[in-house]
Amino acid sequence: MTAELILFLVLALVAVGAALGLLFSRNAVYAALFLVLNFITVAVFYLLLNAPFLAMAQVTIYAGAIMVLFLFVIMLLGARKLKTSGENLWQRRLAIGLGVVLLGELVVLFFAKGWRGTLIGDIGSKFGSPEHIGIELFNQYLLPFEITSILLLVGIIGAIVLTKDN
Amino acid sequence: MDMILVLEWVIKSILLILFGITGFAYTTYYERRALARIQTRIGPNRAGPAGLLQPVADGIKLIFNEELIPAKADKVLFVLAPIITVLPALIIWAVVPWGTSITISGREIPLYLADINVGALYIMAVASIAVYGIVIAGWSSNSKYPLLGSLRSTAQIISYELSLGLAFVGPIMLSNSMSMVSIVEKQQETAWFIVLQPLGFVIFFLAILAEINRAPFDMPEAEQELVGGYHTEYSGMKFALFFMAEYIKMIAVSAIAATLFLGGYSGPWVESIPWLGPIYLLLKIFILLFVFIWIRGTLPRFRYDRLMAFGWKIMLPAALINVFLTAVVIMFLP
Repeated sequence: MTAELILFLVLALVAVGAALGLLFSRNAVYAALFLVLNFITVAVFYLLLNAPFLAMAQVTIYAGAIMVLFLFVIMLLGARKLKTSGENLWQRRLAIGLGVVLLGELVVLFFAKGWRGTLIGDIGSKFGSPEHIGIELFNQYLLPFEITSILLLVGIIGAIVLTKDN
Repeated sequence: MDMILVLEWVIKSILLILFGITGFAYTTYYERRALARIQTRIGPNRAGPAGLLQPVADGIKLIFNEELIPAKADKVLFVLAPIITVLPALIIWAVVPWGTSITISGREIPLYLADINVGALYIMAVASIAVYGIVIAGWSSNSKYPLLGSLRSTAQIISYELSLGLAFVGPIMLSNSMSMVSIVEKQQETAWFIVLQPLGFVIFFLAILAEINRAPFDMPEAEQELVGGYHTEYSGMKFALFFMAEYIKMIAVSAIAATLFLGGYSGPWVESIPWLGPIYLLLKIFILLFVFIWIRGTLPRFRYDRLMAFGWKIMLPAALINVFLTAVVIMFLP
């Protein structure tokens, strides 16, 4: 499994690098592109975890559809370089505080439960296959699925109503 | 995982990429010759016998062209954009099956790079990534015409991607699989899916015309309106890369259309002589490419608003109805 480990480490490096790039780039277009890179790297993680369907869905939906719209908006509004301004300082402090809390939680989880915590049992080889996801989605999770689709429909109708002039 | 298997994959990948690049060169020649015939001209026939060296001459010319980067462009992204555009066009080939398998010196070699069980989704994923090259090229040029051109192309590609995805669903439902190899095998058992899915094929074909920016949906080349499109500021090899991506995509979508709807590599005697598989697929690609050129030679360009209206108000409902009807028929006719 050494090949897999090397692959994982390289990917992890890229993913973390892309995430840092997203946070620290002053140009909104670069930030968005770093996020795309991050999404694609995460998709490759899914491939390593034997979930090709999730990987492809991740690329198609997040990297392919949602981020293109983000880029659209950024480009149309003009990607001005962000200044390091002092406003919204309380937000930054709050974010740092919450980040530290999250990190603390992770550390506790790791060291209290050990590195190989028994959080998930053995997932079958069928896990994440298109058939499996389809059956689960339309049987066990039908209600959340329907609610999500109604939410999306409401969003679409809202967008049409808002952009329509009387 | 033995080394020979890795070597096999590497060789197959290199062959595919080489095929894509030579295919690109000779598709431009094919297009120019066929288009000239349609317009009662002769076309390029000076370089080499019957003009066959014309693509080589064009390539040499492009290499020696001056590479210009606009002063106010975003340099990094400006250079990166053509590369990002070419990559999806090349990696999409990974799931296209060329045949069953052949035996070379006792080793059975399947004639495809990867038979993944989500092949159709892989194609959709790669196609959705292909938009980035255009977006980045338009934005990084820092010039209004490329930006407008790239916004138009992107909106067009995203809109038609929906119908394209829905057109995939027909063959997937009929063959009960997302693997391209199983889709072809199912067509060998029953009939080509163009017979079972005529509406699906029409939607698929129109959607790929828009996806790869071909006439009559060739907004990026609407010189009269936008000077050029997202690649206006590019010159030399960078421009050639955009051009290359466009033509490789054209060949790739022909191969995918042939695989999904025209039986892929199947044809008479392909079971006994597996070498015929690639030849049949090439023949089908050749015919589909001719249809692309033929359409370009005969139809005028769509106006942009009509293009979008057509995509959303006709293509998408038609694709949805097609999926619905296919599902109903499969449910009630075992």
